[in-house]
Amino acid sequence: MKKFVFLLMLLAAPVLAAPVGDTFSDPATEARARNLQRQLRCLVCQGESIDESGASLAAELRHVVRQQIADGRSDQQIEDFLKTRYGNFILMKPPLQADTYFLWFAPFLVLIGAGAVAIFVISKARRAVAELPPDLL
Amino acid sequence: MTGELGQLALCFALALSLVMAAAGLTGARADAATARGIAHGATMGMLVFIALAFGALTYAFVTSDFSIADVANNSHTLKPLIYKISGVWGNHEGSMLLWVLVLSLYAGLVSTLGRGGPQLTSGALGVQGLLAAAFILFILFTSNPFLRLDPAPFEGAGLNPLLQDPGLAIHPPMLYAGYVGLSASFSYAAAALIVGEEGWARAARPFMLIAWIALTCGIALGSWWAYYELGWGGFWFWDPVENASLMPWLVATALLHSALATERTGAFRTWTLLLAIAGFSMSLIGTFLVRSGVLSSVHAFASDPTRGFFIMILIFCAIGGALGLFAWRAPTLKGGAAFETVSRETALLLNNVFLVAACAAVFVGTLYPLLLDAINGEKISVGPPYYAATFAPIFFALLLLVPFGPVLGWRRGDLKASLRALAPALGIAAVAVVAVLAVASPRFLTGVCAFAVAGWLIGASILGFLKRKGARASAFAAALAHAGLGVTLMGVAGTTLWRSEALTVLAPGQTMVVGPYTLRFDGVTQEQGPNYRASRAHIALMDGAKVQSMLTPEQRIYPAEGQDTANTAIRTTGFEDLYLALGDDRGNGRWTLRAYVSPLAPFIWLGGLVMAFGGMLSLWGRLRVGARVPSAAVQPAE
Repeated sequence: MKKFVFLLMLLAAPVLAAPVGDTFSDPATEARARNLQRQLRCLVCQGESIDESGASLAAELRHVVRQQIADGRSDQQIEDFLKTRYGNFILMKPPLQADTYFLWFAPFLVLIGAGAVAIFVISKARRAVAELPPDLL
Repeated sequence: MTGELGQLALCFALALSLVMAAAGLTGARADAATARGIAHGATMGMLVFIALAFGALTYAFVTSDFSIADVANNSHTLKPLIYKISGVWGNHEGSMLLWVLVLSLYAGLVSTLGRGGPQLTSGALGVQGLLAAAFILFILFTSNPFLRLDPAPFEGAGLNPLLQDPGLAIHPPMLYAGYVGLSASFSYAAAALIVGEEGWARAARPFMLIAWIALTCGIALGSWWAYYELGWGGFWFWDPVENASLMPWLVATALLHSALATERTGAFRTWTLLLAIAGFSMSLIGTFLVRSGVLSSVHAFASDPTRGFFIMILIFCAIGGALGLFAWRAPTLKGGAAFETVSRETALLLNNVFLVAACAAVFVGTLYPLLLDAINGEKISVGPPYYAATFAPIFFALLLLVPFGPVLGWRRGDLKASLRALAPALGIAAVAVVAVLAVASPRFLTGVCAFAVAGWLIGASILGFLKRKGARASAFAAALAHAGLGVTLMGVAGTTLWRSEALTVLAPGQTMVVGPYTLRFDGVTQEQGPNYRASRAHIALMDGAKVQSMLTPEQRIYPAEGQDTANTAIRTTGFEDLYLALGDDRGNGRWTLRAYVSPLAPFIWLGGLVMAFGGMLSLWGRLRVGARVPSAAVQPAE
């Protein structure tokens, strides 16, 4: 069955590639392009990545991404290129830099802090157990 | 006339809410029985007048009274009746009126069903009255839905077509029932601090449960709506508006668990109070985020700051007041935690640690970009990769620990016995892993982990059902809610990891393949709806040469609003969704078609439903027990 589906996909491939825009025939490169597109924010609709946005700017950016992949540039180079043009706002994943340390580390600091409080509470509660009347246990 | 009646009713409600606040807070004193009577009466009176105001606005919407600005801006004569009604809360002014209506309904529930001492109930009504007064003032001064237009326009501007959908018609009331429902716990906590009564957690529990159930359903409904309406097959976008509803849910979940320990053994007394305050604070902050316009841009907020500032002041007063009260009175409460390291209390404490950290991730991720923009103008996006790196591991760790809670004993648990009891769940987890490795390809490590944990959660819940014959409803409720987590986890993993998709331009008669499905495009027809025109694609799902069924994704154009929407076609087997969205017209009868196959997608919302049923079971057990036992009696629960 799987083989059959694969054959069908091969048959459908030219249809897939032709009009929607540039699609890479190599599935690994295509997956790489799609993955990169998902990491970039559409600057018009903002809630969506350029991978899923219907805006024309997103289509242009998709084209830029694919062009640069075809030119043999790395993901990092492409992201840097877009970052210098559009700023950090285009990256779905905020960069780790001085003014985003708080953003990145705060959840884990809260986790550690709350964990420390929990250990303190537990150790206090353990000491209190000794003073409980035994029928409560 | 209706507009003026509504306005008048709102003013009466304001007066009554102030009476309620004054009398209720006075009634928190032991010797003020008369004030308590007045507080109860004022509560019912306020509820009636708010309901009248809401009814007046609804009437104006249903009869398309365009002399009222709110109706003219948000309605249209051609809209179907259900969307005329849902249009009442499909806009800022009306949704704030719904907010106050829900607040009054909860006040009414506290007044009639609220258990606990008379002083506690009266104090809670007083705080509820203060909140109501503040929000009615907000409506009257910045968001009056009854303002008139002169001359009245002949036709209304219509409602955002995205909102003209049955799912989104009931989504806001559901979400508000949860959001605003947390006000009851908040008011009880504040009253408990004033009165010094310890039984508050027990009295507030039904309201916590109702709010949590509604919030769970509301979030699931919103996510489902985003899935079928936005046309991208996604179910959660980490959008600030979504996050605004997730934060109160996380805190409310922590509160439900912490309050269990407080009720049963008196542990975490002050912490539970703080969580009750924090839960409603999250609701208020969410309301601020959604209603002030601060989300679209910090600058949009600055250009019309009245509403934003009003809510901000309101939030500062409510949260600051409650925290001040907490700082002042909480030290006088006796701390009563006594338990061993291995105990259910420890499990509940860990639940709270992880939930608070998870909430912190959502909180920082939502608000930090706004803060950074305001401070140095730097614009960053906090998208799904951030939450995948912060929220996901924290929540995953929590899920690993969930099954231990219900099997550990209070005060002193037995780790070995608990592990023995849970061993079969590990077996179920192993089966889940083998099943994933056998069926799914490609194989993802995260997918294997997700299914292992889902199997672990559901397995432990099944064991809970089997072992506890004759146990209390609450034990089954916990098992059900925890199983729901596992079901949702499977859906999330299946959809995010194994989704296949195809994007194709098709001419009539051509076929495409997505996952195991073959689809034939039979062309697009033009259809006329009540207030929209639709391009309807006819897609045949093929079984060999036979047509198995027809799917009709649409593009709708709403001329009154000048907007268009995608209406997806989804065919579900219960285990897998085939999802079709119609793209653009490419000329000569050719259209773009997007197709997704999302394995286990329905499980995402099914899990939410199962969780909500768990909450309902707990509520049912609670109300039943409560009916048998006199209100103030201390007796073990759970």
